Amino acid sequence: MDFPLLLGIFPQVLLDGLILGFMYALIALGYTMVYGVLEFINFAHSEIFVTGAFVGVEILLSLQHAGLLDRVSPVLVLLLILAAGMTVSGLLAVAVERIAYRPLRGAPRLIPLISAIGVSFFLQDLIRLVESIWRNAFNLVYPGLEPLTRRFELTATVDVSVKALVVIAASLLMLLALHLLVNKTRLGTAIRAVAEDQATASLMGINVDRMISITFLIGGAMGGAAGVLFGVQYSLINPYTGFTPGLKAFTAAVLGGIGNIPGAMTGGLVLGLLEAFAASYLSLLTGGAFGAEYKDIFAFSVLILILIFRPKGLLGEVVRGRA
Amino acid sequence: MKTHRARRVVYVALVSLAALCLLPPAGSRMAAQGKGTIKIATQSPLSGGQAALGEGIKLGAQLALERFKGPLEKMGFAVELVPFDDQAKPDVGVANAKNLIADPNVLAVIGHLNSGVAIPASEVYKDASLAMISPANTNPTVTDRGYPNVFRVCGRDDVQGAVGAEFAKSLGVKTAYVIHDKTTYGQGVAEFFKAEAEKKGIKVLGFEGSEERSNFDPTITPLKARNPELIYFGGLYDQAGPFFGQAREKGVKSRFMGPDGLDSSDLAKIAGRAVVGMYYTSVAGPVSVYPQARQFAEEYRKKFGKNPEPFAAQAYDATAIALRGIAAAAKGGRHPDREAVAAAIRAVKYTGITGTIEFDGKGDPKKALYFVLQVTSDNPEKWGENREVKRLLIASPTPKM
Repeated sequence: MDFPLLLGIFPQVLLDGLILGFMYALIALGYTMVYGVLEFINFAHSEIFVTGAFVGVEILLSLQHAGLLDRVSPVLVLLLILAAGMTVSGLLAVAVERIAYRPLRGAPRLIPLISAIGVSFFLQDLIRLVESIWRNAFNLVYPGLEPLTRRFELTATVDVSVKALVVIAASLLMLLALHLLVNKTRLGTAIRAVAEDQATASLMGINVDRMISITFLIGGAMGGAAGVLFGVQYSLINPYTGFTPGLKAFTAAVLGGIGNIPGAMTGGLVLGLLEAFAASYLSLLTGGAFGAEYKDIFAFSVLILILIFRPKGLLGEVVRGRA
Repeated sequence: MKTHRARRVVYVALVSLAALCLLPPAGSRMAAQGKGTIKIATQSPLSGGQAALGEGIKLGAQLALERFKGPLEKMGFAVELVPFDDQAKPDVGVANAKNLIADPNVLAVIGHLNSGVAIPASEVYKDASLAMISPANTNPTVTDRGYPNVFRVCGRDDVQGAVGAEFAKSLGVKTAYVIHDKTTYGQGVAEFFKAEAEKKGIKVLGFEGSEERSNFDPTITPLKARNPELIYFGGLYDQAGPFFGQAREKGVKSRFMGPDGLDSSDLAKIAGRAVVGMYYTSVAGPVSVYPQARQFAEEYRKKFGKNPEPFAAQAYDATAIALRGIAAAAKGGRHPDREAVAAAIRAVKYTGITGTIEFDGKGDPKKALYFVLQVTSDNPEKWGENREVKRLLIASPTPKM
């Protein structure tokens, strides 16, 4: 076994895993917040996520077409696409809740779940339809923003790109902001009150419908931001791109304890790291017998093990005082 | 009450819409007046990530049909093209195939793009003796099963992979890393490349399959640490594009190489500068290497407003061959049966825009052209101007019994 090689790539794999983990964490928040408040899984969230990615690429491509992309400061461009992606995804999530979930609120649990799956398919093909009419394209590519693609080679096997740092910093900031919003503001208190007991919250003068809409807005915006960052980091997106990250993020939310915000963050990071390490090391450690394609099997086996011993997830499903 | 009525209106609307869809289109009823209709189907991905190539196959076939349907029309047949979208998925391809064989007027299929779709779909065609002429399927199994109804007008992966390895050797490459997409086609050609490379003394540092589409970090990190001189990607452009792009972005300096699955202008669109200088082998040279194809390219541009994608010219020839076979089987003016058509196609010797095609006993062309090309520009518009590095005419290998 090639120990110097195994050790040499360690920091790089750690970094890859962190980026992936933060991405999962951002998406997982959408699942976990909605579950916290409504106790149902919003399977359309992966499309909310991918919508953010498409908004970002559309803005970048329009800027490029207008010849402005190289002239505007990249920081400004990045902020613009993040803000736009978050707004559109957030509003879309609110609209989906209003149209597809609210009318079903009194129905048995499975009904809105089915509705969510339907919305997910609908949105996938809607994006596909719009893009094929608008650009006659299926795959869209994020144009490289000059200073973002710059890299620093630390050792022969480790290098850090500016955009990797941007992705990590942006995710951290957003997770922190969300944490403060939920725990330190009146709005956050109201959301938590609705999560705890809708009937009592409404008796206390909290507008439950509005709080649920705001929950979807925040979760959707986080998903949209994740979509933009996903596009910036991995560059190629298509209407079905959301499916796999969405599923993984849902897993991350369960891993951390669904309904639990710090849990979603932890779960995302754990799953991202597990996946990165499994993918990079499996073939090296097994002499090629198991390749990177077994990463999900490995990651999910660990997930099953964790859930056997901690059925409520790493940080536990916060049954009372969740959100 | 009110919602009930509204719901009923919706149901009625839905049911009538479904009924409308089931009605045969007006055209097909009209055409049945002469001696009947002859249909040629295309099966290729018309939607999804590989639609660029799949659309080219459909349009190439359409152009050929319009150009060469004259003799059959003179005999009194109406000739029609029926395009199917196989979405590059085996299950969809097979479902389409079952649909196709149910229509007795369909006498030949031009397709598919993906060997992994063509192989199961041709099992269905075989039961109905329906001729399938493939413009693009390079996996050996397609013809090695020896079905009398299966043909292709292009080369094979066992040769193509070896041509790639041989060329890599001639570049002085000593170490290579092989990635594939785990499909019948991609893994197949990657294995042939690997086998020949090892025979030629190139050290293969890694051989890995991945279905990943966006995040290639975990593949690239260990790969970069081993620093191979060449990376061979057995797969298609929509997956290779982001892989090559991210590899260069992460500072991988190896040469890139791949099979004909990478041959699409979309690769340049996705990967940009990363693929400039990449070598790829192909069984379908760019239209510019076939002198007879110039007129075809012009007509194609004029009619469809874009450059022909790779395999469009092959689809054009395949369709011409199908029409020739059908005309031969229809001598005497009877609506021919499928077995006669397949047998007649076996005997066709045809000089088309991609060269002279003559089939051997298994449906392979007796001799096929193989190219090594190099990407010269990151501009997708200039994909057709990629440099031809090498051209080989190689006889199709005889199957090992």
